Order: sequence, then structure tokens, then C-alpha cells
Amino acid sequence: MSPWKRKDLIVLDELSAEEIRFILDTALAFKGVGERNLKKVPALRGKTLVNFFVEPSTRTRTSFEIAAMRLSADVVNISATASSLQKGETLKDTALNLQALHADIIVLRHSSAGSPRFLADRLDACVINAGDGSHEHPTQGLLDIFTMREKHGRIEGLHVAIVGDILFSRVARSNIHGLVKLGARVTLVGPTTLVPSAFKKLGVEVVHRIDDILEEVDVINLLRIQHERQREEYFPGLGEYISLFGLTKSRAARLKPDCLIMHPGPINRGVEIDSEVADGPRSVILEQVTNGIAVRMASLYLCAGGAGLPL
Amino acid sequence: MKTLRITNGRIIDPANNRDEIADLWVADGRISNGPSAGDVAQTEAIDARGLVVSPGLIDIHVHLREPGQSHKETVATGTRAAAAGGFTSVVAMPNTTPAADSAATIAWIRERSKQFACVNVFCTGAITKGLKGEELAPFGSLHSAGVVALTDDGRCVQNHEIMRRAVEYARMFGLPVMDHCQDYSLVGDGVMHEGEWSLRLGLPGWPRMGEELIVARNILIAELCSSPIHCQHISAKGSVRLLREARARGVPISGEVCPHHIALTDASLATFDSRFKMNPPLRAEEDIEAILEGLADGTLNILCSDHAPHASYEKEVEFDRAPFGITGLESEFAIFCDLLVHKRKILSLPRLLALYTSEPAQLLRLDRGTLSLGAPADITLIDPDAEWTFDRDLSQSLSRNTPFHGHTWKGRAVRTIVAGETVWKL
Repeated sequence: MSPWKRKDLIVLDELSAEEIRFILDTALAFKGVGERNLKKVPALRGKTLVNFFVEPSTRTRTSFEIAAMRLSADVVNISATASSLQKGETLKDTALNLQALHADIIVLRHSSAGSPRFLADRLDACVINAGDGSHEHPTQGLLDIFTMREKHGRIEGLHVAIVGDILFSRVARSNIHGLVKLGARVTLVGPTTLVPSAFKKLGVEVVHRIDDILEEVDVINLLRIQHERQREEYFPGLGEYISLFGLTKSRAARLKPDCLIMHPGPINRGVEIDSEVADGPRSVILEQVTNGIAVRMASLYLCAGGAGLPL
Repeated sequence: MKTLRITNGRIIDPANNRDEIADLWVADGRISNGPSAGDVAQTEAIDARGLVVSPGLIDIHVHLREPGQSHKETVATGTRAAAAGGFTSVVAMPNTTPAADSAATIAWIRERSKQFACVNVFCTGAITKGLKGEELAPFGSLHSAGVVALTDDGRCVQNHEIMRRAVEYARMFGLPVMDHCQDYSLVGDGVMHEGEWSLRLGLPGWPRMGEELIVARNILIAELCSSPIHCQHISAKGSVRLLREARARGVPISGEVCPHHIALTDASLATFDSRFKMNPPLRAEEDIEAILEGLADGTLNILCSDHAPHASYEKEVEFDRAPFGITGLESEFAIFCDLLVHKRKILSLPRLLALYTSEPAQLLRLDRGTLSLGAPADITLIDPDAEWTFDRDLSQSLSRNTPFHGHTWKGRAVRTIVAGETVWKL
């Protein structure tokens, strides 16, 4: 019996450890498809997937598009500028129109936290959250965990550091929920303004000195740091951020030999991560991208009603 | 002369410290002491056995939405909802379109009320023109037009100098200033209480300090100007502490409580349901406990709804884009009665009624909220033990944005009488 009963993938917060492991196992089975000469299985043949990206994204949208194509689904991409949202149509009405066009799966990226839940509650179509505001980015969390499990052979007992702008990061939230459920030890690292201690209530540790944890961690996941106008009050500038939290070469040298260096991309070379470190042997940043396709294939496949693996 | 006799009810009139089973007489729309000779034939009788006979309830914080937003509510529908909730008087907030910042708009609302309202409508005027927080509205002509208080509700005057001068100037007319306490630089684009749940949900937080700072500011201004400031919809625990200390020193400052702030917490937002989105936001258990203590010791002395109707299509959007506010007129009394009198036993029934009658009447200097001889015969009959379930589809309001659909409470108004005429009967 499949433990997967959901039509939507909205947040890792609501999934059980069993459900998360089941997606990861399904993704592992799908990973081989991308390595074949003929990169396609008929699992979602005849299904229509709409990539509905109200907030711009190239990487995640492309990953979902490739994942859907490898499952033989038909794919339509809609961006905010091309949609009727520009003409004042509400999210609900736009989504109902997509459903009226018989979309089977809607992959939503939106700047408003909670909008995938909003759609999932109102549509028969499957809704996959491709990132909602600062809330969650479940497929990113899953692909990060997938990569950790692949490299270390386990999640339970791993010590994972997540570094950077945790407060505004949907990637961090999905990682936290997934990792904590699977028994990892999670330490959040960053300035006090971006890593409030209230995060401890999610079952993680909080530190504000990256140098304290370098020798201990099995994974260091660096988040993209932004210093745009709206973040100015949170830290004084990129120079100070690099000196306090950047993964410089000398800091990287203190990591365990098998510590994974991860980043959800797009990376800022020389800011959160030194350029050479990003390209170094412990970096799995590009493998994360590859694994993203397998994880998204699994997510689409399971939500659209797949049970056994059509491989 | 038309007379009305309400028999055998438990008359509770907090303004006169009265609590006894007796008959209440009304003649020509006013409380009287019995029939004049020859009137008995024309007397209407209401049997109030087992019921409480209270001065008509007053809600000092209501958005009737007219002029300009009649797709949300109108004077007619809003006052019907008020009557159905047991209210004989409501105080209308000025954030209409246009804002109620001129005598002309006040006159329009009063005219509209004369035509369409089934309960008394008292108007507030804006503190600043267009609620922009920049230039004082013409308090003198607003006063002449009949406003009972000044407020920029929905917005908060950020400039302390403007607020100070507003309160100072309002004193000349004996007008209290009511303030929606929110510091914009601290709150930013916050849409829910800043705490564990805002961290979980990734929604911008609205910290307690955003309210507490303005409450503290208002205490200083009220003290400096010796003129009353009333802090609207208190939600944060620190505000209660500040008010308690100031009131003990005799500062003319007061605070009001809305039912949602003691009946619900920010955990209700877990599903991003915009029916739980209001400003100030739902907070934590510890805030509820602080507010309950404030009600128990008299720090917080007025109850109200902040009835804020919105059309369904306006609320049914992404959470951060949905307007703030919920309806409340038809559920507030029951929630307070159930929670404060029955469940938590924080207030006696007479004290609960005081917070809805004599206290608001005193703040706004209304000739209401009492059953004194000769007072307007605004009366609410209440069954404090009636158990009932709230159904939003039976609401008299034009809007349905309530988080309380399906909730069951003990206590309900069963008949609402304005100037001797029954305007609502269960």
C-alpha cells in the first residue's frame, strides 16, 4: 500500500516522516530515467500540467518542465506578465480558468505565503507548491534532503547547518521541517536579525557564529543572501556579512572532509560562498540541480495518483 | 400617550447600581415610573420573566461603510445587524469614502441614518483630513455637526506633534480622541502577530511593540493635555500593563476589547484563512490572559466589536492581499457573555453590561446606556443562559466575513428596543 494519499504537495510541515521517505524512494527510482538514452516514461501521458509562475523563476520552472516532460505530460507555462492577473483577475479566477481548461496539475510559484494552500482548497486539480513567499519550497527541501541521503547514506543523526537569511527563506523552512522529521540535527546560523531565537520552537538549534560549528557539521547549506532595499535594516552590508558568515576558503578548510557544501542557487560567488569553494570537491550544488528533476518527477507522479512505479 | 410595560424581568442598570426583579415602564419613548391615569388601555406589555432587562447596548467601534463602500455594508444593513446583536446604539468609524472629515459628510451620514437606521447611529469625525495624518480636520465644524469623538481609525497618526495638537485642540470641544494604536515603522507590512506562527508561516509579523509604543505615546499625550484618549481594540499584553499603570495615576486614558482578541489566537492562521485576518492581529495565549486580567481589574473598561464587513470576493484572495477585518455585531455579546461571565467567570453579568452601557456612554458623554427615569427608552432584553449556534447565513449584515460560523455560545439578546419601539425580536 502506498502511504501517499494526497492530491497536493503544499508543505513539508504537514507530511509524516513516512510520506517524506516515500517521495525520496520514488525519486530514487525515477533518477535512473534521466540517465537513460531515452529519457521518458509514460507515467503521466495525457495529463496536462500548468507551470503557473506568478513570481519569476527560471531554474525551478525549467526543472518542473523537464520533470513533467520525462513523465510524458503536456506542459504549459504561464508567467505573471502573460496572465490575466495583470488585468486585475484574482488568483482564484485565474486558477478556475486553468481548471476549466482541464489542467490536471498546477505548479504554483507565488510571492504570497499560503497561496498554494488557497488554490488546493478550491481546485480539483493537483497543486504543487513551487515556492510561496517566505513560507515553504517543498520540492527544494526534498531535493536537498535527497542529495544528503544519497551522499551520506542516511539522514538520521546527520548534523546539518543552514546558513544565512533564514527569516525570509522558504528553502530553510522546508529543509527544517523535512530534516527534523527524519531525525537530523539542524543548526541555523546567521545574524540575530535574520535568525530569531524563536526558530528554536521548530526543533532546531540557533547560533550566531559560523566558526563555532564548522568542525561539527556533516552538511552546510548556504542560502542566497540578499541585501536589497527592503533588507537594509537587517544587517549593515555584504562586506560585513562575508566577514561574519561567508564560507571563505579558510573556513571551508575547517569543515570535515566529507562535509557536503550545498546551495539552492542561484549562488553569489564571493558573498555567501567563496568562488573556489563553490567549485570544489565537496560542493554538490550541481548535483542538487540534477536531483531536483527526480524529486519533482516523484512529486508530480504521486500527486497525480500514481501508486506503483511504472518503470 | 403610548406606554410599554416590561414585566417581571431582572432589571440590571449599572449606571444606577440597580439589580432587581421589577416591572419597567416606558412612556413616549422614555423610561417612566408607571402609567398616567387613563393610559392603561394603550399599554403594550412584554413578559420578561427569566430575562434580563438591560439598558440598550452600545458598540462604540463599528464600520457602517457608508458613504462609498455600500458593497460591504450600509447604514440599513449594519444597523439591522446591530439590532440583531442587541445594540441600540452604534458609533460609526470615519474611514469611509470620502472619509468623514467634514461637516458635510457627517450631515450626510446623519441624514442617511434618520432614513434607514433602525438603531441610533453616532458619528465620529476624522482627526486628520483624509485620514492622512498630516493636517487636522475641522474639529469645530465636526463638533457642530454632532460627532461624539475623533479618530483616524484604520489608520494611526504617526506624527506625535500632530497627535499632541489634535488632543489639545479637541479638549476645547470636550471631544475624546480614539486611537487605532499602530506604529508604522515597527509594523511595516505585518499581517499577523509576530511570533512562532508568523515564523512558521513565513508571513510578515506585526509585533506587540507596534501597539504598545503608541499606547505609551497616547498616555503621555493624554497626561500632558489633560484630555481623554481612548485606545481602540487592545490586543497586546504590554498595552494592558501600560494602561493599568497610567489609569492608576489618574491619566484620562482608556482601552477597549474586541471578542476575537480573547476568543482566538494566532494559531488560527495555520491554514492561511483570511477570515482570521484583522488589525490588530490575533495574538498569543499570554495576551489573552493579560487582557482578561485587565477586564477583571477595570483597566479595560469597554467592550466592542470593530465590526468590519468586507465582500467575500475581497477577502477570498492571497492572505497578504486580503483586507483586514471581520464582522462582529451579531456575535460579540454572546462571545463575551459566554467567555467572561460563564466560562472564565471574569465579570459578573452586571459588570459585563456596564462595559457595554454606562462605560461607553460616560466616555462619549451619551445620554444613553441607562434606565434612569426620563432617559431614552433604549432597552435590550437578554437571555444570559440561552445556548445558540451562530450561523453566518442568517446574519443581517451585508457581509459574511466572520471566523465564528458554527460556534456555540451561552447568552443572547432576544429583543432590542429603541426609544420604546421593538426593532428586533428573536
